[in-house]
Amino acid sequence: MKRHILALAMAMTVGAASAQVVVHEPWVRATVANQQASGAFMQLNASRNMKLVEARSPVAAQVEIHQMTMDHDVMKMRPVKFVPLPAGKPVALEPGSYHIMLLGLKKQIRPGDVVPLTIVIEGEDGQRQSIEVKAPARELSAMTHNH
Amino acid sequence: MQVSSCRRAMLLGSIALLAGCVRKPQATFKGVDLTGASYAHDFRLNDAQGRERTLADFRGKAVLLHFGFTMCADVCPTTLARAARVKEMLGDSGERLQVLLMTLDPQRDTPQVLSAYTATFDPSFIGLYGTEEQTRAAADQFKVFYRKVPMGDTYTIDHSALSYAFDPEGRIRVALRHDQSDEDCAHDLRQLFS
Repeated sequence: MKRHILALAMAMTVGAASAQVVVHEPWVRATVANQQASGAFMQLNASRNMKLVEARSPVAAQVEIHQMTMDHDVMKMRPVKFVPLPAGKPVALEPGSYHIMLLGLKKQIRPGDVVPLTIVIEGEDGQRQSIEVKAPARELSAMTHNH
Repeated sequence: MQVSSCRRAMLLGSIALLAGCVRKPQATFKGVDLTGASYAHDFRLNDAQGRERTLADFRGKAVLLHFGFTMCADVCPTTLARAARVKEMLGDSGERLQVLLMTLDPQRDTPQVLSAYTATFDPSFIGLYGTEEQTRAAADQFKVFYRKVPMGDTYTIDHSALSYAFDPEGRIRVALRHDQSDEDCAHDLRQLFS
């Protein structure tokens, strides 16, 4: 029984893992009815130099990786081909930085919904791996991190 | 020295008059001080019920106006979430703070989406929209930069991420930057109520 609880606790905190990349605290922003897009965020820890190259989800028609940059108080969002995941250095997909963009949402995402995501990582040898992630939806007004 | 009561009254009266003439100390803002700016004076847009609103409608309340769009996964939700937290930090003054979101994307942000969106942050927040021309006019009035950028089948909107704060007399006072903390925003807004 104890082992089951421990495993469950570990699974909940870790989120998802492969041999080389661990996903921490994935979450998706909830939406209002008819809102067409949302963002998914998480922290990725790679043990070797890797890249996040693709993301997929059944909740959206199109999923892309985006980067937000601020240029003199002007916000810009652009799709990127990959997010570098240097070995041993946690990379946060978070507001103000990278995020997974879910476009053409098929229905509303409510707080507490669990959104399935597949992220694809690529090693220096070009080998790709898919990681299944379950991202809980948080309130639109959820505080994400301290400035 | 003996001063007649009449003279004393006149002396006190003049001191009082002078005291009234002395200007209040200038506010110090963490954001961009826009007091006395020649722009950012007013807007004319519709709320989700289709009623025309201008700044005068909110006289007596401080107003915080943000320009954004609901497809924005980053700046707009964090700015509105911050506005909701700051409103709470202001306590009683928070009841006299009106937060507005003007959409730069009237094509996708219908009145229904807009009002549902602002309400999730705080039921008092109001979403505003206009035609493409009205949107451009309002953004120009505030020197807000924005442009549509194609992105595959859809588009995103680059836009400046400042929130504009007016005092309860309807005067533009300060622009809060996106990177300002809750405390710095509350610091700035508190001064609008004095």
